Amino acid sequence: MPEVPPKPVVRRESVPRTLLVAFFVSLVCSSLVASAAVVLKPRQAANALLDVRRNILEVAGLMEPGADVNELFAMVEPRLVDFETGTYVEGVDPDRFDPIRAAKDSERGMAIPPELDVARIGRRAKHGLVYLVRKDGEVTRIILPVSGYGLWSTLHGFVALESDGNTVADIVFYEHAETAGIGDFVSQDAWRARWPGKRVYDEEGQLRLQVFKGRVAADDPLADYRVDGVSGATLTGNGVTNLIRYWLGDHGYGPFLHKVQGEGS
Amino acid sequence: MSSPAKRALIDPIVDDNPVTLHVLGICSALAVTTSLLPSLYMCVALTTVAALANASVSAIRKVLPTSIRIIIQMTIIASLVIVVDETLKAFAFETSRELSVFVGLIITNCIVLGRTESFGSKNSVGLSFLDGLGNGLGYSMILILVATCRELLGKGTLLGYTVFSTVADGGWYNPNGMMLLPPSAFFVIGLIIWAIRSLKTEQVEEPEFRIHEVHRTEAH
Amino acid sequence: MSGQYMELFIKAVFVENLALSFFLGMCTFLAVSKRIETAFGLGAAVVVVQFITVTANSLIYEYLLQDGALAWAGLPEVDLSFLGLVTYIGVIAAMVQILEMVLDKYFPRLFHTLGIYLPLITVNCAILGGTLFAVERDYTIGESVVFSVGSGFGWALALVGLAGIREKLKYSDVPVGLQGLGITFIIVGLMSLGFMAFAGVQL
Repeated sequence: MPEVPPKPVVRRESVPRTLLVAFFVSLVCSSLVASAAVVLKPRQAANALLDVRRNILEVAGLMEPGADVNELFAMVEPRLVDFETGTYVEGVDPDRFDPIRAAKDSERGMAIPPELDVARIGRRAKHGLVYLVRKDGEVTRIILPVSGYGLWSTLHGFVALESDGNTVADIVFYEHAETAGIGDFVSQDAWRARWPGKRVYDEEGQLRLQVFKGRVAADDPLADYRVDGVSGATLTGNGVTNLIRYWLGDHGYGPFLHKVQGEGS
Repeated sequence: MSSPAKRALIDPIVDDNPVTLHVLGICSALAVTTSLLPSLYMCVALTTVAALANASVSAIRKVLPTSIRIIIQMTIIASLVIVVDETLKAFAFETSRELSVFVGLIITNCIVLGRTESFGSKNSVGLSFLDGLGNGLGYSMILILVATCRELLGKGTLLGYTVFSTVADGGWYNPNGMMLLPPSAFFVIGLIIWAIRSLKTEQVEEPEFRIHEVHRTEAH
Repeated sequence: MSGQYMELFIKAVFVENLALSFFLGMCTFLAVSKRIETAFGLGAAVVVVQFITVTANSLIYEYLLQDGALAWAGLPEVDLSFLGLVTYIGVIAAMVQILEMVLDKYFPRLFHTLGIYLPLITVNCAILGGTLFAVERDYTIGESVVFSVGSGFGWALALVGLAGIREKLKYSDVPVGLQGLGITFIIVGLMSLGFMAFAGVQL
């Protein structure tokens, strides 16, 4: 006589049981995840803001190790600029402006025509952020966010110009993924130190600033507009030249800077 | 520590190392091994997730229906990874930017899912926790080894501190640029496997074919 | 426009190859690359799964999860991006399950050849990695489609290439400690070096 195995009292594989376990696990997991996200969000936002401000202070020449970033940032005034007219935009809070989000928006952003898109970024917003560094009420530096494609990645950085809107005070690239040991010269102090004093536009208002292929000769008439390149990293250097050409050119902050040059000094 | 607990914790470090013996779990890590610091964060993240996931799956193993077994395990692992990821973004912002997507990839890390499936679903909570911890440590050991090699030989630094003074800084060491490129991670792991298998010959794989020399007198 | 897509495709296949530059999908990569036929079948399946999941996840991220995405539902302040990871893996698991059922019904031979490797695609780092990269780099839907096909194809290409080399290597005299896993890593490293040569290619 065949033996009938005793049926288990509770069937593990039953549908209601499955649904119950699934529901319970989902409940526990989602509570855990949601509370973590909500509790930690303010801290994350504060960190992100701190990071951006630290980079701006760095290129403004105000950063000191161990200093309170938010306190120092009081000397920096963020403004919004309309790229086409070069005038300040009022009525929109610069602190809440997200350039990447605005670029993708069909109303607040625009596609860059391919023949003008030397920095290969695709789209940009119609307004741009500028940071004015003030000392005793006077503008000492103008900081412009720049970005463009190098060899492997998009470089993100800030260019700081003197109050004349033409002389470079500093340049910092805070994000890139260029070749380690070769293309990452963009984040090294030695190369950065070659920029202060270089000029962007010549006497006729033409944009001349570029990364030169090789060492700039001392007697080169255009030496004021040229920064030494790094051998073996020409393409990354070209990427920097291209992003300078775009953002400081007529389709970028050019109109704004020409206005500054006209008014100031 | 009792014997099965000791085995669960110690074995995966060398004898049963998930990376070098079972080829498990290296995906989410190698890309960050150009520097030691992000790699250390990665090790802590993975070990935490492995231990806690193993323990959680073990806690519900008796009531978990087989049909939804895998997806429930993945949900638990994914939730733990999200918590770890958010914590990293809150407390170690710069490093979390370097780690970018790789913390998220712990979800698909073969070690974590493999252990919850094979060990956590069949053993007690305490033992499962130790097993997850042990496998995490085994993985960490390999990761730290690779990262140390790559950062030291590629940049001359460790954790950002200069160990070999590079020529660019006026020193003697000419950094090996290839160590900072992806292929070097493969080479380093290949060499580590060679070293381990030369020491522990029982781990050597049998070749699939052997060429026999046939003497003229045998060839009929 | 199409030039930009072409460039993205080439980059995804060669310069930023998911397997050879980012080490994603290694487990299945090393296990399946012993024979060319299985490598081919798995590679094709990965391309299909990658295309479906990256596109689906990009749509979900853009219209449901990202900060301000729910504006169409009247909830513009909601940011659900932290749910990303668990949503993507759920979508991937579901898509693979559906693909399995479709293959079983309409292509049973392919289904049997792939055997266990099909469900294993769910936990393939390259699939989740593809989604995470597309989201992190904020690709548009068009770019996501191109990236998904490109990255899947690149992974498959690396897999078939490795399988070809390993088949040839069966008759070679590999040092004892390097046999099997060790020499495979060295080969993959050399392949990775080779693929890097495509950097800087502009169309």
